[in-house]
Amino acid sequence: MVSELINANPVVYEKKERRVRSAPSRADEYAVEAIDQLEIFDHLRDIKDPEHPYSLEELKVITEDAIEVDDSNSYVRVTFTPTVEHCSMATIIGLCLRVKLMRSLPSRYKVDIRIAPGSHATEAAVNKQLNDKERVAAALENPNLVDMVDECLAPTNGLAG
Amino acid sequence: MESHDGEWSLKELQKLEGHADRVWSVAWNPATGAAGVPAMLASCSGDKTVRVWEQNPSSSSWSCKAVLDETHTRTVRSCAWSPSGKLLATGSFDATTAIWENVGGDFECVSTLEGHENEVKSVCWNASGSLLATCGRDRSVWIWEVLPGNEFECASVLQGHTQDVKMVQWHPTMDILFSCSYDNTIKIWAEDGDDDWHCVQTISEANGGHTSTVWALSFNTAGDKMVTCSDDLTIKIWETDSRKMMSGDGYAPWSHLCTLSGYHDRTIFSVHWSREGIIATGAADDAIRFFVESKDGSVDGPSHKMILRNEKAHDMDVNSVRWSPGENRFLASASDDGMVKIWELVPVIG
Repeated sequence: MVSELINANPVVYEKKERRVRSAPSRADEYAVEAIDQLEIFDHLRDIKDPEHPYSLEELKVITEDAIEVDDSNSYVRVTFTPTVEHCSMATIIGLCLRVKLMRSLPSRYKVDIRIAPGSHATEAAVNKQLNDKERVAAALENPNLVDMVDECLAPTNGLAG
Repeated sequence: MESHDGEWSLKELQKLEGHADRVWSVAWNPATGAAGVPAMLASCSGDKTVRVWEQNPSSSSWSCKAVLDETHTRTVRSCAWSPSGKLLATGSFDATTAIWENVGGDFECVSTLEGHENEVKSVCWNASGSLLATCGRDRSVWIWEVLPGNEFECASVLQGHTQDVKMVQWHPTMDILFSCSYDNTIKIWAEDGDDDWHCVQTISEANGGHTSTVWALSFNTAGDKMVTCSDDLTIKIWETDSRKMMSGDGYAPWSHLCTLSGYHDRTIFSVHWSREGIIATGAADDAIRFFVESKDGSVDGPSHKMILRNEKAHDMDVNSVRWSPGENRFLASASDDGMVKIWELVPVIG
């Protein structure tokens, strides 16, 4: 385990106000709502950073704008920005994003995760790992890694999961 | 191949349910499906088991004959029958390769091959069944000699790939081994007659090779062409000088013939060339596609055209497609949706 934090003093941003969705009108009571950018962001915003007691939203590791979703084609791409260029936690963060979406979205969804271009020293290498389904599957059979991911995904007291 | 210039359709014959997690690979038992022997298929899964399915000759329907469990402790990633059909090799993320013997309908694990440092990704027998190859995330390729009494001895550990090795495939007639990798290359390994195996060729981007992970490769029946598929969204066809290859007069190198791009928009995990020359692909967009050599080739030589795309073959990624070894156009597919499907490719008349 790292004894020294890679980024001891991250910039912490204010959380965005959560928009309350209006109740569906009578006409579309039975309609299935398309999954949109906000819904994906809601799944991801509270994921805890592996190193700091802040959420990915608070550290601006993910933002609503960095989510591209096309529900009719069951596709989502999440771009995330690690807090520092040499962040070795980048792979863990990417894995957390993938796992959360895997557990939250319908199985028809195709998910691409990538690091914001220019924000990381080895982004091509990290992106390749994060998008190699077999590597991800093997990693998720590693109990230590799964524990780390579950820690990050665990809801903090008082917040909805 | 009898050319059918019209349309084709992929008929779903049966859906085989049972695995509790994604199915990674399927393998047809080569000694079955003809001469009164019911067709047999193996599938392996993230649920740590291997299932053996058999077709009832009178009803043509498939059922699960055996579940090979309590052996592998992690995902079983690859399975391959020996040419005689008597043995089944299974490679697992638990870093071992298990060898199973069909003893009157029951499958017994008769040997466990250890050596890889981590996940085994692929297993393959050579044409005569005298050698077994395995590969894995530890970047190495192992060649095992098959000895009497179900004994296996490591003949060679081949280093050279700089990353995770995804698949190994023996040439259909010669003892030449091909491997493809996360390092974007394809390596070809041969023995110099002194039991010394070494890399005789590396196909990389510089030689017209892939620009991302190469997931699978397959040979045509003659063994003078091979097709590879990749995360770079293309499939590539390669050829060799078969006369030189068979004459044994030195190594006959493989060269790029053509690249089929624009047909797939997500990673292609599997590719398989049928007896007749139809190339099937399985991809991360849940579809199965078929390609054949196009007769109306340009001056530059033959190219290929897509004859069919079955868009929603499965509900999730297609991990493996395999043509039946028999005199038919049956295909088996495996998916993240936990299903194995048996299909028939049929020409549409009129």
